[in-house]
Amino acid sequence: MNGETAALTADPFNLIITGVGGQGNVLASRIVADVMAQLGCFVTIGETFGASQRGGSVMSHLRISSRSSYSPQIPRGRAHMVVALEPTEAIRVLSAYGNPETRVICNTRPIHSMGVICGEQSYPSQAEMRGWIQELSRTAWFIDTTEAAVSLGNPIFGNIMAVGALAAAGVLPLSRDRFETAIRQKMPESKVSVNLAAFDLGRKMISSQK
Amino acid sequence: MLINGRKGQQVLMMGNEAIARGALEAGVNVVAGYPGTPSSEITQTLARVAPKRNLYVEWSVNEKVALEVAAAASFAGLRSMCVMKQVGVNVAADFLLHLALYGTRGGMVLVSCEDPGALSSTNEGESRLYAQMMEFPLLEPGDFQEALDMTRWAFELSESIRNVVMIRSVTRMSHASGNVTLGELPERTARAYYDFKGPLLGDMAGPVATLPGTVDFMHRRQQEKLKKLEGLYDASPFNTYTGPEGPELLVITSSACHLYCREAIELLEVSGRVGLLKLGTTWPLPPRWLESHLTAAEKVLVVEEVLGCMENTIKAFAMERIDRIGPTAFFGKADGAVPSTNELNPDRVMAAMAGILQITPPGLAPEYAARAAEIAKTGAPVRALTLCPGCPHRASFWSIHQAMAMDDREGFVCGDIGCYTLAAAGTGFHALKTIHAMGSGAGLASGFGKLAAFGFHQPVMAVCGDSTFFHAVMPALVNAVHHRANITLVILDNSGTAMTGFQPHPGIGVDAMGGTAPALDIPDICRSMGAKVSLCDPFDIPKTRKTLLAQVEDTDGVKVVVMRQPCALSPQRKHKKGFRMSIDPERCLGASCGCNRLCTRVFKCPGLTWDRENDSARIDEVICAGCGVCASICPSGAIQAKEDA
Repeated sequence: MNGETAALTADPFNLIITGVGGQGNVLASRIVADVMAQLGCFVTIGETFGASQRGGSVMSHLRISSRSSYSPQIPRGRAHMVVALEPTEAIRVLSAYGNPETRVICNTRPIHSMGVICGEQSYPSQAEMRGWIQELSRTAWFIDTTEAAVSLGNPIFGNIMAVGALAAAGVLPLSRDRFETAIRQKMPESKVSVNLAAFDLGRKMISSQK
Repeated sequence: MLINGRKGQQVLMMGNEAIARGALEAGVNVVAGYPGTPSSEITQTLARVAPKRNLYVEWSVNEKVALEVAAAASFAGLRSMCVMKQVGVNVAADFLLHLALYGTRGGMVLVSCEDPGALSSTNEGESRLYAQMMEFPLLEPGDFQEALDMTRWAFELSESIRNVVMIRSVTRMSHASGNVTLGELPERTARAYYDFKGPLLGDMAGPVATLPGTVDFMHRRQQEKLKKLEGLYDASPFNTYTGPEGPELLVITSSACHLYCREAIELLEVSGRVGLLKLGTTWPLPPRWLESHLTAAEKVLVVEEVLGCMENTIKAFAMERIDRIGPTAFFGKADGAVPSTNELNPDRVMAAMAGILQITPPGLAPEYAARAAEIAKTGAPVRALTLCPGCPHRASFWSIHQAMAMDDREGFVCGDIGCYTLAAAGTGFHALKTIHAMGSGAGLASGFGKLAAFGFHQPVMAVCGDSTFFHAVMPALVNAVHHRANITLVILDNSGTAMTGFQPHPGIGVDAMGGTAPALDIPDICRSMGAKVSLCDPFDIPKTRKTLLAQVEDTDGVKVVVMRQPCALSPQRKHKKGFRMSIDPERCLGASCGCNRLCTRVFKCPGLTWDRENDSARIDEVICAGCGVCASICPSGAIQAKEDA
């Protein structure tokens, strides 16, 4: 193990990336995992995917350790960090995996569930959501990745912005160089620069709040 | 990575990729499967590298044929693998029984990926008991490295006993990812030859045939093969023990549960009291090794998901050796220590261990948990599963629902397995009234359609997907036509096996490896069977509804309606919108319209939302797929579709 893995703020470090099916959850978790594996960490990603997840809540559990492989499911109440691509999903994940020390990065743009669209359920206001997420976390960063992602040409880049934001939060040794190496392994050359731009935009969203 | 990764290289791999790499390292020649979550990535990944690895890969029409295709390769001396999800083993079971009775030649591995907790299934059935019932070896990888190593070894094992070997994975292994160290990819130049010229019942030559009069011989030979495994298993690196000598509690586990048990022991801080015995060869059991561990423990907890398969075999094993092992208290399914339904996780395993050890699992901020649960009640509205924006099934079921309602004789629809299973819920207007196995909608309809003599007058409809049509509906349709059942079969043809990732099927002009293949025409097949066939585009709501009403009114025999529109996520659509949708604010009357918000309350497309402030429908540009269907449902014509240039 090199010095950087020793810098894990917890071992295992338990990270949950959550959102709604179609937001690019799987790719975001894979990129973070690739970076951590490059550093020599043991990484387990637990997730479920398939048609049954369409329009539903999705989450990836990442277990990062310098010692051994951990189970693909994080025990309840033991997440160190939650990255939410949708705000109500942050609340859902915190209710199962959060604790008073959990940190949160949260994209604020809502995706209304069918129950909300057809009026059977109501969707909380921005103020309510922010208040609850703050109450249930040690630190919460709120970002609007969707607007910025649309400016890059596609709302899907929101997931990579969230990875950039995670890098800036300083809880994991997630450098821009290593992100670039990981993205180059996953994507054709033509897509590298836009993904780097998304990463940088996400990073700035956090550093400007510090 | 699958074929470029070098020996000794460390990579992150999904469990299914590790299984695929293991097969490549074993020099597999032929792979056949039928798509099904969580198994599909294995065959799909191998299909992609097939041209570079002297490998033939196919998506077979169903699991039984897939097993037969793989067996043929084994009979011809090649190494072969067959891949499916848990329910597929039921489809393949008839052939599997005969296959295991006679045995195989080239190494043959059956991979079953199962779904405890039914994360992507309509059941949590399992296939582990087939290994016992049909008497062949069962292996269960306990981590990602083992998924690779065990698959590679399974081919050797199969060749050492000349029989099929089953590897069982689960969703949390197949779809999870972890660190894996790669082995070597061999150069294999296998040549296929079926040597049928030897004597009857020969191992490596002669006809492979299960014949009456030879059953006793074949069956004894099969059981002797299993006996041969005992010595091999006692020394297997896939069976491991960690913990103190003479533990207070011996935990026996396998598969993904191995990782849960390890974590539970760590969190409970009981590594000095609890021993963890992980079985990789779960049936038959490794006798001497297991006996020595059972002898050293008085309390045993068996941790496995769903049924107590291991628990029962281990209890029987211990009973046979009770004079040496001594009295043992068993915990697991029978006493309720471990739940018999749903998947396990570190918390459930921790609860079971803590109960037996009479300790309290570490509680985490109980006030926080209570407050978070309270907030989630209003702060996290449930996301019911829904058909995708622009899904042709929504349009099809809109018409089906309307036709059935207009007919007014309490007609109903029998469904089966696919994305369209969701039509049992609001997203498909609660259209489906029966759901079972693949093809069962058509089979049940065939039965309902013969009940007129008992005063049954409800119109009966069945739906199936295009891949399902080939997989299991064709025999049911033959049955319905032959017996003049009065039914309508709607084939929701979205051009591929969409739910599992657009794998091709016999109706598509391409095969698993991307080569061209003759496409079988579904309407032609139905016509040749003697059904009355009509075709329609489900996005044309008025015409589809009219067609359906005509079929429902026709009470003479089998009517087939093929509704054709590619899946909204289909690669052939290339994410292009057919229409640019907009709301005409002059025409949308909001709550005063009298339509009771048909567009958003009933039609329920995620791309069509309700703007509370302006009391009007609203198109969500980011989500709308531009199918244009909602334009034909608005009674005031407020939803407008403009062809997208």
